[in-house]
Amino acid sequence: MGKDNQILVEITSKEYEHGWAVDVDTDSAPIGLNEDTIRFISKRKNEPEWLLEWRLGAFRTWSKMTEPKWANVSHPPIHYQNIIYYSAPKQRVTPKSLEEIDPEMLKTFERLGISLTEQKRLTGVAVDAVFDSVSVATTFKDKLGELGIVFCSFSDAVKEHPDLIKKYLGSVVPVNDNYFAALNAAVFSDGSFCYIPKGVRCPMELSTYFRINAANTGQFERTLIVADEGSYVSYLEGCTAPMRDENQLHAAVVEIYAMKDAEVKYSTVQNWYPGNKEGVGGIYNFVTKRGLCAGDHSKISWTQVETGSAITWKYPSCILKGDYSTGEFYSVAVTNNHQQADTGSKMIHIGKNTRSRIVSKGISAGKSQNSYRGQVQILKRATHSRNSSQCDSLLMGDTCGAHTFPYIDVENSSSRVEHEATTSKIGEDQIFYCLQRGIDEEAAVALIVNGYAKEVLNQLPMEFAVEAQKLLALTLEGSVG
Amino acid sequence: MLDITNLKARIENKQILNGVNLRVNAGEVHAIMGPNGSGKSTLASVLSGREEFEVTDGSVDFMGKDLLEMSPEDRAREGIFMAFQYPVEIPGVSTINFMKTALNKIREHRGLPAMDAVAFLKVMKEKMKLVEIDQSLLNRSLNEGFSGGEKKRNEIFQMAMLEPKLAILDETDSGLDIDALRIVANGVNKLRRKDNAIIVVTHYQRLLEHIIPDFVHVLYQGKIVKSGTKDLALELEAKGYDWIKNELAIA
Ligand SMILES: Nc1ncnc2c1ncn2[C@@H]1O[C@H](COP(=O)(O)OP(=O)(O)OP(=O)(O)O)[C@@H](O)[C@H]1O
Ligand SMILES: [Mg+2]
Repeated sequence: MGKDNQILVEITSKEYEHGWAVDVDTDSAPIGLNEDTIRFISKRKNEPEWLLEWRLGAFRTWSKMTEPKWANVSHPPIHYQNIIYYSAPKQRVTPKSLEEIDPEMLKTFERLGISLTEQKRLTGVAVDAVFDSVSVATTFKDKLGELGIVFCSFSDAVKEHPDLIKKYLGSVVPVNDNYFAALNAAVFSDGSFCYIPKGVRCPMELSTYFRINAANTGQFERTLIVADEGSYVSYLEGCTAPMRDENQLHAAVVEIYAMKDAEVKYSTVQNWYPGNKEGVGGIYNFVTKRGLCAGDHSKISWTQVETGSAITWKYPSCILKGDYSTGEFYSVAVTNNHQQADTGSKMIHIGKNTRSRIVSKGISAGKSQNSYRGQVQILKRATHSRNSSQCDSLLMGDTCGAHTFPYIDVENSSSRVEHEATTSKIGEDQIFYCLQRGIDEEAAVALIVNGYAKEVLNQLPMEFAVEAQKLLALTLEGSVG
Repeated sequence: MLDITNLKARIENKQILNGVNLRVNAGEVHAIMGPNGSGKSTLASVLSGREEFEVTDGSVDFMGKDLLEMSPEDRAREGIFMAFQYPVEIPGVSTINFMKTALNKIREHRGLPAMDAVAFLKVMKEKMKLVEIDQSLLNRSLNEGFSGGEKKRNEIFQMAMLEPKLAILDETDSGLDIDALRIVANGVNKLRRKDNAIIVVTHYQRLLEHIIPDFVHVLYQGKIVKSGTKDLALELEAKGYDWIKNELAIA
């Protein structure tokens, strides 16, 4: 056997760090999904009639749809009737302040490195913490409120800002967009809402942290970000889940609406439980993320670091409707063991002089499959538009797979699309060079991989870039040996 | 410092080193010369712990320790440095970042605290002067798009940073223009100390005009077949290797 194969052998990464669960009393919907389940959820959340109707409409749409089969992933059938669609920690009273939150939950987030006690937070980051189906706390709400920024749980937004929700909910990802988006619209439990008023530059990072705790539950959250004219916000999303042998479904929707001259940066560090080394368990992460550059000169930028989940199915996209609007997608997707990722982006150019850029870095190890799937469409009226796509794959070993599926459609002659793709391997020569300088193999892999992903990691807010780097190294730990 | 006894090594059933004996003391500079394919780089690889090469016999003592028992990274941390004949590229990793990682790994091994950014930069500036290397080069991805000469100079910069006990320079002179050769040689000379040693692998006498060796060895067919002083290098330059091959054939 060649050295090439030897050095890049089997797998086994360190155990998933966030795989513990806590014991909290929950209030759950009966298992399964029908109109009553939806009424149950809506009632628990004291929702207005219009929202219940919206959900029921979505459910009826979903019932007529079939699961998409085109992604390069395989899994046993998902039994939608065996999932619990709503699970909320029981709380004696609705917490009005942080002091009233169940200490067990505060501890959960502390343990994940997320302090909900504002005075303890050093970094300028406001957090909305979502535990199973509900948002438990949002920090810095008052401070942001002074600038007119709304940052709260989706449930609160429905009560406090019904007009905004009514206007923008489903405006970017319509109910019937796809199977999982329709399912989410029917059963979504909570999530975050954010509105940045005209001309306001949000002074701190906003972030949502999702934690699945309960067993057999699905998590269906919804995030809606509305950036009014000339505003700016940088938003970060993180997530973890306990280790469980059965697969759990996570079908989220994120909608971003950017008006004239607005800019939204959305960063994700996705670290759901990936399943064990043999591929048992893990989260099915089927997510719809889309941004609408509605106004001229608006900009939406997606950055994602995908390290977790048994299966990832997500394509953060931009609809470039406004003239001179810009869409960006920066992605690092790492798969190890039996993980499968089918991820990429869609850039739909509608406005004139629109620009988009895709930088995708796939890293596959173990027996994993990692696919980039991207669509660039430049419509006839989107004259003088540009796209550049760079899709790189890095292979560690020869039992994993990397695939690229670009779809390009340009309908006018003044626009230009550039697509570049490379595939490379971590060379034993590179590793040996590091070893010879006293850098051990784990550190060498981390160094090489982080170098490879640098262009994407550089897009992350500083505080999270460091975390993301560690996470990359951790996911690949033991994949070269 | 280094004691190589009857070292034999092979790769994929091909025997390459056939019983190398070599003793290097602290403070010495040894030059190893020899025709292409005679096993010079292989010797360097075996000493630095490249696993493809299987050691079939012999022993190597490095400062009282069994070198062959050590992992490559531990050898490096104990003070073995190799300037590669063909340095690899690592995209996205700057030389600065690379050196910071390496230096701190070595310091950790020696029970020293990690060097902070300020202290590191200070050391780096000093060493940059020593090998006359530009910081812009060190900010770039390691060796990526470097010219042949820049790569070699970068190797010597790394040597300066890591301050090894034993440095093995594998054809560091090849690909250098005349000025660069002088600069690199001067750098190496400044790094010569009583408590370290250097093995220079080269094909040309001209490097040895700058880095004056205490001993010159000829490696041929995996064995050191002749040893001498710096005059041996001059003789080789003038006569080539045939006379040595003939001597061997007769004997
Ligand atoms: N990976 C390998 N697989 C097979 N043979 C190898 C391998 N590496 C080296 N060799 C062989 O071992 C012999 C010695 O090679 P080595 O690189 O040590 O020579 P060298 O003395 O450094 O030569 P040069 O002066 O050209 O650099 C050569 O015949 C070479 O082809
Ligand atoms: Mg050689």
